[in-house]
Amino acid sequence: MSVMNKLGEQAEFLDDRLTVANWGKRNLRKVFPEHWTFMFGEMALYSFIIVLLSGIYLTLWFKPSMNEVVYNGTYTPLNGIEMSEAYKSTLDISFDVRGGLLMRQIHHWGAMLFIASMTIHMMRVFFTGAFRKPREINWTIGVLLLTMGFVEGFAGYSLPDDLLSGTGLRIAEGIMLSIPVVGTYISFFAFGGEFPGDEFISRLYGIHILLIPGIILGLITAHMLIVWYQKHTQYPGKGKTNDNVVGYPFMPVYMAKAGGFFFIVFGITVFLSGVATINPIWSYGPYMPDQITAGSQPDWYMGWLEGALRAMPNWETVIAGHTISWNVFIPGAIVLGVIIQLMIIYPWLEAKVTGDKREHHLLDRPRNAPTRTAIGAMSLSFYMLLLIGGGNDVIGTQFDISINAITWFIRIGIIVIPPIVFVITKRICLSLQRADREKLMHGRETGTIMRLPHGEFIEVHAPLSENEKAVILSKTDITPLPWPEKTDADGVRDPSYKKDHRWARLSHWWYTDNIAKPTAAELATAEEHIRHSAAEGAPIIAHRASLEPEGGVLHDPAAAAAEAEEGKEPVGK
Amino acid sequence: MSEHNTSDVGVEGGTVEPNGDVALPDHHPRRTDFDPRAAKRAERQVTFLFTLSALFTLLFVVAYVQIPTDAVVPIPFVGTWSASNAALGVTFGLAAFFIGAGVMQWAKKLMSDKEVVAMRHSLASPQESREEAISEFMDGVDDSGFATRRVLRRSLLGAMALFPIPLIVILRDLGPLPGDSLFITNWVPGMRVVLDVTGAPIRPSDIPVGGIVSAMPANLPEIQHRDGNLNARAKDVVLLVRINPDEIRSQQGGTPEEPWDYEGVLCFSKICTHVGCPIALYEQRTHHLLCPCHQSTFDLADSGNVVFGPAARELPQLPIRLDAEGYIVARDSFQQPVGPSFWERG
Repeated sequence: MSVMNKLGEQAEFLDDRLTVANWGKRNLRKVFPEHWTFMFGEMALYSFIIVLLSGIYLTLWFKPSMNEVVYNGTYTPLNGIEMSEAYKSTLDISFDVRGGLLMRQIHHWGAMLFIASMTIHMMRVFFTGAFRKPREINWTIGVLLLTMGFVEGFAGYSLPDDLLSGTGLRIAEGIMLSIPVVGTYISFFAFGGEFPGDEFISRLYGIHILLIPGIILGLITAHMLIVWYQKHTQYPGKGKTNDNVVGYPFMPVYMAKAGGFFFIVFGITVFLSGVATINPIWSYGPYMPDQITAGSQPDWYMGWLEGALRAMPNWETVIAGHTISWNVFIPGAIVLGVIIQLMIIYPWLEAKVTGDKREHHLLDRPRNAPTRTAIGAMSLSFYMLLLIGGGNDVIGTQFDISINAITWFIRIGIIVIPPIVFVITKRICLSLQRADREKLMHGRETGTIMRLPHGEFIEVHAPLSENEKAVILSKTDITPLPWPEKTDADGVRDPSYKKDHRWARLSHWWYTDNIAKPTAAELATAEEHIRHSAAEGAPIIAHRASLEPEGGVLHDPAAAAAEAEEGKEPVGK
Repeated sequence: MSEHNTSDVGVEGGTVEPNGDVALPDHHPRRTDFDPRAAKRAERQVTFLFTLSALFTLLFVVAYVQIPTDAVVPIPFVGTWSASNAALGVTFGLAAFFIGAGVMQWAKKLMSDKEVVAMRHSLASPQESREEAISEFMDGVDDSGFATRRVLRRSLLGAMALFPIPLIVILRDLGPLPGDSLFITNWVPGMRVVLDVTGAPIRPSDIPVGGIVSAMPANLPEIQHRDGNLNARAKDVVLLVRINPDEIRSQQGGTPEEPWDYEGVLCFSKICTHVGCPIALYEQRTHHLLCPCHQSTFDLADSGNVVFGPAARELPQLPIRLDAEGYIVARDSFQQPVGPSFWERG
């Protein structure tokens, strides 16, 4: 009690002013479900913190200036070479500031981890249907965060003004120029005149260290508050429903695990930055607009857009004395814009097609939403093809394949392969659904073959565990949208008939070949059969168990339970 | 479309929902839950991990002070590492990692692993709250007169719509207007074509058949950085190639009296017409020039036309001749804009 009083005295100050007790009593032991796939969102958050911290260190030494200086410093191969101050200060950070190279590499590895973990987190959210009502807003914030991550990463690796980053900026300028009507003006305003000018690095710096991080920080804050307020989703299992949340209390378990995990992510990033070089700008040399290296590649997360730029056919039209560069404008600007918009509207689109307006807190198993899973797999195949296209030169030289052949493969593959992936994925999902239904109706196959008195051989089936049953039964069957009536009861034509009919058709397509879950009555009958089969097989299973040598069964749940019971005794629970 | 479709798929017998009322799976106690010795051992493990972390933090400081930035360690098959970077990264990384590992072990072994259940509550407000909120909102609207005083509302919206204009106008001085700057380069008739590294003038005999040379206008080195030396480099750089005249199938211009080449020496812009990368990969057997950025391929023996890749336009050709001293000079300026396409290009 004395501890309570002491803490109470200290908390009184805060509570008198901020009512913290009310918040604390509701939230300190808030329940968080646990699953390894929930780790990727955390990883994204932690890597952002790492990037933010290491970035602050870099600002202490980095000079975002395109003023020309002559290098005479520690890295002798570049002595006497003209370069921008930005590049020189990056060299100084790498070679003269102790721990400077480490901070640079932490910053770059952290940025890669940030985008990689956001991408995987987003895949988890998509394939488990976690974006469904009520989490559409957080999904949208997530899409914006990923987009901002791309922009921020590109801005970041453009700042050192080395040969590779300058090449990236030249491509960015080419994309700006391709924008119809205003493109030339955008480019001249961005670069303060012709490319490269001497303004761009300092302008980009402000955007990179203030504007975009500010936006990302705001979006992340909103993202976290919404997760907290709506409570986390959970995977189906015994005792888990749409109305409860099963997991560990925020304090101390979740706090410890999340806090500990931050240090692990931080530790691995720093360790990696100590032993694995990333972006060795000194070996590229300073940017000169008339120089280039073979095998120029952007950071991996830009690779798919680079692939789009490489695979695009060379279409250009001139209309009334004006040029439209479809070959640059479509892959450089349209593709990203369209994909972001498709991602943002997806939750609403799916809700409209399925007519599902309920709250969802229990995650879908990907197999139970075959069309969604197939759309996801299709999109990933599209992404992977573009990513391969972005490395066509590296693949070409490494595997001795013609670059032209790779490019043509991407051009055709991007249209042909995703639909094939869609069909295959959907079929796999439906097969898994069938297997699930089979398991429910006939039980688990034990692998034990028994001969009945009249000579028939049967395999003994055992009942499913409660947990397995709960997982399979978590599937929700939804009837497609009803076909609309052309006229109502009074014979009045329904003006929205055509529109409703189209949606209904889409909805029926969405649920094609759905494997319905057994009804309660069917399941009861089936379970009776399984119990019967298991009872018939019981003697033979018992016999087999008796033949096992002592201690031969490694994972006998019954034995483990018994041991646990024994164990409980001494501590007197 | 209400909740018509939440029921099962029209089969008799009712829906089977996951067993919500069923209790959680049995909790299996860990050894540390009932064996005080195991708990003690876990405590020692965690303490050990924290101690390791502290040790590595101290080692970091030692490495920072002791290891000079230019010391390197050779790593077999990898190359050399900066000793300072490796030592700082490994010590700092492990210092962080062991705190994380210790806390994790603590959470997994010693904190409760009993799952707890909390109930969710519908996120929607009760109907009466909604109605109250709407009526409060409408009271506010009525009070303001926003809905009824139309002139007032429209004049406010009009003023608000115009208000951001200064924020856009003020961006005007970000840069000059393009004007015709994308149409012109520093190439004028008589301008010498010089080597891009040394600035030395070039005679045709300096380039063997099959050879390629990066070059620039002779006045480029004199342009100061502040006057746009890099901007000039981004537009003016050219390539000189020498192709056996019999193999040249076409050129972008020239007459027998005033040819654009000189005995098979051709001059092309080095800036890719796709998005502006300098092009440098030349295959002398096919006369193909490949852009390392996006693999646009140009045939220099055939007017610099695109034979593959995303570039839409041929590489602009610079007409050349020899001056009185026998050096290569521009016969004329570029006859079309160099570099990527843009709206006003036409």
